[in-house]
Amino acid sequence: MKFIGEFIMLFGIWLLLTWSLAPAQVIAGVVVTLLVTGLAGDIFVFKASRAFNPVRIFWMIVYIPYFLWYVVLANLDVAYRVIHPDLPIRPGIVKIQTSLNTDMAKTFLANSITLTPGTLTVDIKENELYIHWIYVHGKDVKEWSEAIAGRFEPILRRIFE
Amino acid sequence: MFWDTLGYIIIVVGVAFDLLGCIGLVRLPDVYNRLQAATKCVTLGTAFLLFGVFLVYGVNAIGIKALICAGFVLIASPTGSHALARGAHKGGVKLWEGSVIDTYADENKLN
Repeated sequence: MKFIGEFIMLFGIWLLLTWSLAPAQVIAGVVVTLLVTGLAGDIFVFKASRAFNPVRIFWMIVYIPYFLWYVVLANLDVAYRVIHPDLPIRPGIVKIQTSLNTDMAKTFLANSITLTPGTLTVDIKENELYIHWIYVHGKDVKEWSEAIAGRFEPILRRIFE
Repeated sequence: MFWDTLGYIIIVVGVAFDLLGCIGLVRLPDVYNRLQAATKCVTLGTAFLLFGVFLVYGVNAIGIKALICAGFVLIASPTGSHALARGAHKGGVKLWEGSVIDTYADENKLN
């Protein structure tokens, strides 16, 4: 079941990429997709029952614009620091805790953190993430977690857990 | 015509972000800060650029490729910078002297 779901998804991406239904393209796509699912299918975390659940898809659709908004803010923030003559940075690596449990949710949280205001995920250990922060404020793990991960966790939990 | 104009505007904005990212790469002090500039500005800049290409070309082989590539960049870029930051830290690259805190180094020493 897992492999069928992966196959459909990868083959869909292949079709979109080639944007052609010529027999040669489709056959090449089937061969490549089978090869990839066969070789790397085990690594990929994919549960068809979860991926095609409408509630999760709905939250995913909500998450994308919400996330992109913060990505744009992040960019303006970093751009401001970069072109400011005094280079107002106060960098450091802080630790935050997350209540998310599945690997997929943590991966998305880590990537979201990396793309948003001045933060870059350095490492993950169990439920702790180490974040490089371009402008550290706050005092302890709790404040840092709230400032960095707080805005994403509720939605990611609805999508992935 | 409208979509063409909008597409070109978005491409220009994307290039501007790319440029800011490159300035950041030169101006910021250490590996980690430079990665910040490289991931944020350059990822969004490139994604904007590709999205602009999609708007100009519309739904066809070129437009859809650009759109899918934007998705790949958004997933691959943070993953890559995470790997670089982790590798640099494990390899002993120090944080900039003006850094205020480094929990990661402190806790790894304890282990």
